Amino acid sequence: MTRRTILATALAAGLVGSLSLLAAPLPAFAQDKIKIGYAISKTGPNAGGANITQIPNYQLWFKELNDKGGLMIGGKRVPIEVVEYDDRSNSEEAVRAVERLITQDKVDLLLPPWGTGLNLAVGPVFNKHGYPQLTFSAVTDQAPALVKRWPNSFWFLGTSVQYIDALVELLSKQQKAGKINANVAMISVADGFGIDLSKAARDGLTKAGFKLAMDKSYPVGTQDMSPLISEAQRSGADTFIAFSYPPDTVAINDQAKVASFAPKVMFTGVGTGFPLFPQRFGANAEGIMSLGGWDPNNAGTAEYRKKHVAMHSRDPDYWGSQLGYVSLQMLEQAVERVGKIDRAAIVKELQTGTFDTVLGKFKLVDNMPPKGTYAYIGQWQNGFFTGVAPAGANMKEMVIPKPAWK
Amino acid sequence: MFLEPLLTGITLGGMYALVAMGLTLQYGVARIMNLSYGEILVAAAFGVFWLFTAAGLNPLLGLAVVVPAALVISWLIYRILLLPLVRRAKTRDALEVDSILATFGLLFVVQGVMLVIFGGAYYSYSFLAIPVNVFGVTIAANRLLALAFAAVIGLGLYLGLTRTRAGTALRAVAVDPVSAQLVAIDVRSAAAIAFALGGGLVASGGVLVSMFLTFNANIGVVFTMKALIVVIMGGVGNMLGALVAGLILGLTETFVATWIDPGLTLAATYTIFLIILLVRPQGLFGRSGR
Repeated sequence: MTRRTILATALAAGLVGSLSLLAAPLPAFAQDKIKIGYAISKTGPNAGGANITQIPNYQLWFKELNDKGGLMIGGKRVPIEVVEYDDRSNSEEAVRAVERLITQDKVDLLLPPWGTGLNLAVGPVFNKHGYPQLTFSAVTDQAPALVKRWPNSFWFLGTSVQYIDALVELLSKQQKAGKINANVAMISVADGFGIDLSKAARDGLTKAGFKLAMDKSYPVGTQDMSPLISEAQRSGADTFIAFSYPPDTVAINDQAKVASFAPKVMFTGVGTGFPLFPQRFGANAEGIMSLGGWDPNNAGTAEYRKKHVAMHSRDPDYWGSQLGYVSLQMLEQAVERVGKIDRAAIVKELQTGTFDTVLGKFKLVDNMPPKGTYAYIGQWQNGFFTGVAPAGANMKEMVIPKPAWK
Repeated sequence: MFLEPLLTGITLGGMYALVAMGLTLQYGVARIMNLSYGEILVAAAFGVFWLFTAAGLNPLLGLAVVVPAALVISWLIYRILLLPLVRRAKTRDALEVDSILATFGLLFVVQGVMLVIFGGAYYSYSFLAIPVNVFGVTIAANRLLALAFAAVIGLGLYLGLTRTRAGTALRAVAVDPVSAQLVAIDVRSAAAIAFALGGGLVASGGVLVSMFLTFNANIGVVFTMKALIVVIMGGVGNMLGALVAGLILGLTETFVATWIDPGLTLAATYTIFLIILLVRPQGLFGRSGR
C-alpha cells in the first residue's frame, strides 16, 4: 500500500466522521437567546455625539439585562447576544450594516444609529423588515409624515417646530415683561439639523414679532467663530441663538467669552448639555440655554444618572440620554409583555402601551412623546442643566439676563 | 472695522502655518507624504490634555514632554516603517506612492489606538482663554501664542536651514538625494532627522491648538488636508512659504466669513489654492523643477 493510498484513506475516513457529526440533529429550543444588533458611528464626524448620547446607553442597558440573566420571555430569562457594527458616520455604510444585521446575523431586535441623517437613511430597511426603530437622536419636522409611512418608527426627540415653539414662547414672555428687545441674532450650522431648526426659528420668531438682526449659516467643522460673534455683538440683539454641534458650540461660547459678548439670552446648540460643557466652562456655563434640560427633582432620572456615572465615569447628555434610556426601557417591557419575538406585536405594544420609565408613566401618541413629557429647552442653573420650557409643573423659571462672563 | 478681521485672520493663519510647517519638512526634505500627520497632531493634543487634567501639568510645560516624545516616535517610525520603503524605491515617484500607502495605514493604526484609549467623545479644556487687546481688537491669548510660536518656529527653522551647515545639508537632500551622497552627506540620517523634526513640530502644533479647539479621535484628517494645502501653496520644503501660505489662507477665510458669507470659506480656500497653483505651480516660494 503506497503512502498516497494511506493518506487518501485516512482523509476519507475523517471526512465521513465529520459529516456524521454535522448530520446529528441538534436539540431544538423555542428561543435560547435573543440577538440584538446595531450600527453606530464609532468613527467619523458623528462619533462625538454617538459616544455621548447613544453608545453609553446601549452599554448600560446590555449590562443591566445581563445582570438580570436576559429578557423575560414566556416566564423565563433568555440571555442576549449583541452584534455591533461601525457605520463610520456614512449613510451607505449604515444601510449596509443594518441589512447585514437582518439578513446574515439574523438579529431579533435592532437599535437605531446616531443622528437625523443616518436614521432617515436606514428607515426604509427597518420598515421593510418590520423592526421597531426607536430613534432618540434625530429631530425632524418630517417625523409625523414618517410615522404614517413607517409605522414601526418612533421619534423620541420629536420635531424642530416643537423646540422652536417652546423657545419662542419663552422669549415672548420675557419681551412682554420688558426684559429683552425684539432683536435676535441667529447662526446655524449648514447641515440638516441647523437648516431645519433655523428655518423653524425664522418662521416662529417672525410670527411672534421678533426681528432677525442677523441670520447666518456656517459650514460644518468651522472652529473660528470670531467673525460671527463680532457681527452678533454689533447687531444690538438682546438674544443670541446658535443651532450648532459640539465643536462649534464650544468655539462659539469660547469666543463670546473672549469678546465679552454676554447677550441677555444666550442659546447654543448640541453639546451645551454634554458633560464636556461644564468641564470646559465651569461657573461660566451659568445662564446658557440649549435644547433639552432635566428636572433636578426627578428621582428616576437622578437614579439613572447615578448608574450612568458609575459605569462611564461621566455625566450623560442632558438632552437625549434620558429619552434614549426611556426608549430602551420601553423596548424591554414591550418584548416581555408580548412574550415572544413577534416584531409586529412589539410595535403595536410600543404604540399603544403605557410603560414604567425613569421619566414616570410613559405613553406615546402617534409614535412620539406628547408635549409635557420632558423639557424641550434647558438652562444651566446652579450647575445643573435645568428644564425651563415648555411651561409645566416640572419646569423652572428661566434666569435672565445671562450673567456676565467671569 | 478693517483691523478686526485682519488681526483675526492673521491669528487663524498663524494656526494654519503652525500646523503645516512639520509637513513641509517631512514632504519637502524626507520626501514622505505623511497622511497620518494629522493623527500625530491629535495624539499630541490628547497627550497634553491628559497631562493637564490628570497630572495638573501646564500645557506649556507639557510641550517639553510631548514634543521630545513625538521626535523620538517619529524617528522610530521613519527608521522602522519608512526606511525599508526608501531602500527599495527605484524612483522618487515610487517612494511617494509607497509612503502614501504606508502612512495611510499608519493613520488607521494611530486613530484606532486613540479610539481605544479615549473613545470617540469630544475633549476640550481651556488655557489662556484671556482677552488681549491688540490695536483695539480683542484676541484670545492662546491664539496669539499659537501665532507667536508659528512666527518664531518658522523664522528659526528658515534661518537654521539657510544659515547652518546641517541645514544646508538638509536642503541639499531635498534638492537631489543622489548628488548629496556624492559630497558625503548621510542622506538617510538627514531624512530621518527631517522626518522626526516634522513630527516634533506637528506635536507642538497639536499642543497649542488643543488650548482652544475641541477635538476627538476622528479629526486628524481635517488637519492633514489643511496642512497639505498650506505646504503645496507655500512651496514644498520652504518654511517661510508655509508661514506665508498659512497667513494667506487665514486672512482669506476670515475676510470671506466677515464680508461675504461664512459658508463660502471652503470655496475661497480652494479658489486661492487653484489660483496660486495655476500662476505658480511650484508654489509661492518653491523653485521650478529642472
